[in-house]
Amino acid sequence: MSPNEQTRHYPLAYETALEPAAEWAELRATCPVATITVPDGSQAKLLTRYDDVKEMLADPRFTRKDLDGGTGNAQEGATTSAAADTSEPPFSVPRHGAEHLRWRRMVGKWFTAKRMAALRPQMTAIADQLLDEMTGRGSSGDLKAHFAFPLPVYVICDMLGVPAEDRDRFSYWSDNFLNLTRYSAQERQTAVGELVAYMSGHIAAKRAEPTDDLLSTLIEESSGEGGALTDAELLGTGIGLLVAGHETTANMIGKMVAMLLADRTRWERLLENPSLVRSTVEEALRFDVNGGFGLRRYLTEDVEIGGEVLPNGTTVVCSMAAANRDETAFENAAEMDLARTPNPHLAFGAGPHSCLGQALARTELQVALEVLLLRLPSLELDIPATDLERLEGLLVGGLCEVPVRW
Amino acid sequence: MKITVDEEKCCGAGQCVLIAPEVFDQRDEDGIVVVLAPEPPHDQHALTREAAAVCPAAAIQVHDTP
Repeated sequence: MSPNEQTRHYPLAYETALEPAAEWAELRATCPVATITVPDGSQAKLLTRYDDVKEMLADPRFTRKDLDGGTGNAQEGATTSAAADTSEPPFSVPRHGAEHLRWRRMVGKWFTAKRMAALRPQMTAIADQLLDEMTGRGSSGDLKAHFAFPLPVYVICDMLGVPAEDRDRFSYWSDNFLNLTRYSAQERQTAVGELVAYMSGHIAAKRAEPTDDLLSTLIEESSGEGGALTDAELLGTGIGLLVAGHETTANMIGKMVAMLLADRTRWERLLENPSLVRSTVEEALRFDVNGGFGLRRYLTEDVEIGGEVLPNGTTVVCSMAAANRDETAFENAAEMDLARTPNPHLAFGAGPHSCLGQALARTELQVALEVLLLRLPSLELDIPATDLERLEGLLVGGLCEVPVRW
Repeated sequence: MKITVDEEKCCGAGQCVLIAPEVFDQRDEDGIVVVLAPEPPHDQHALTREAAAVCPAAAIQVHDTP
């Protein structure tokens, strides 16, 4: 680092919730490898250019931390890393190399596009039911609390075979895992313990009486020749899917609707042409400035990025949201173009670790938008878009509330 | 147009199937890409190129043929 180089505090400051951090453009143009101080006081390097972020995310040499990880002790993982970093599930799921690939392919078949398409009617029914309840309360309300938040929990609970009456507990545990500031260390530890106990019991129940869900199938496959997943891995998979599959999508539904209503001509265009739903979802993912902390990579050898050699041991934070606004990768990057094609945004990462549940997320976002357009065409924001508040302290990034009327 | 895929790279994201379901599918047992139409008809070219462009693992190669 040159003596004059500035160290910036990360996350960077935003003025309003839907506008990008002012520093992004400057960093991409003049300082593609910036030195940052993260909340725990340690230093890292921040990447903001599309090409650099994509290359780092996809580089098989630099995966996640915990290269010595193995199948470890689930309890220890729980107390040390829960809520510390969403990019690292707190339980033992293989994170590296061949073991990761094997795990990914076992679980991946549950998230194929076809399988997600088959879930559509069920998702639409849940979305309809939530809107019935929301509109039954009046003509305005918080879309996040009443619609965006419960929808993905209900869907992931169905996939995991969790009964409907336990959905609210799941939602609390998930929030607890991802929120850095709302809960005390004691509360976090308690929640982790509760979730581990619940999920262990749930897995035991599925082992005793398998049903047609993801965990039952993984258990069955694991009991065969060459046993595929250990108990700790099954636990890690169940918990990882809950945490990864819930709050991310819940917040994205809220942000997507807020972005579309912030300039209501976007909403009107969709009402006129609902075939734009697919590309609109992709554009909302690209356009989202609230993408969260960014994914970390830990360099285990020297690597050159953006013309600079970073030494072994460096922590690199890849800002996918900043990369998604890079003018060199997206024409008119500052415009929300509902018909943008192709749209190779990095919201789900890239390469061997790109989001396992992305087909699920896409399907949920599409269904949410379709149902809202159909049921509540008069939808509008109930406060000026500039008054929307970012949810601070949540690693995945979101809005506190999405107040709407219809 | 000819398509080749790298199964080793494929991460099972399913974007290709969502965009061009007549050209791509995923294997039931692991979610890995399957090419249904290695030489897709003209009306599928644009979607095929889009699928290749957005593949998060860059596992799809499109080769132009005369």
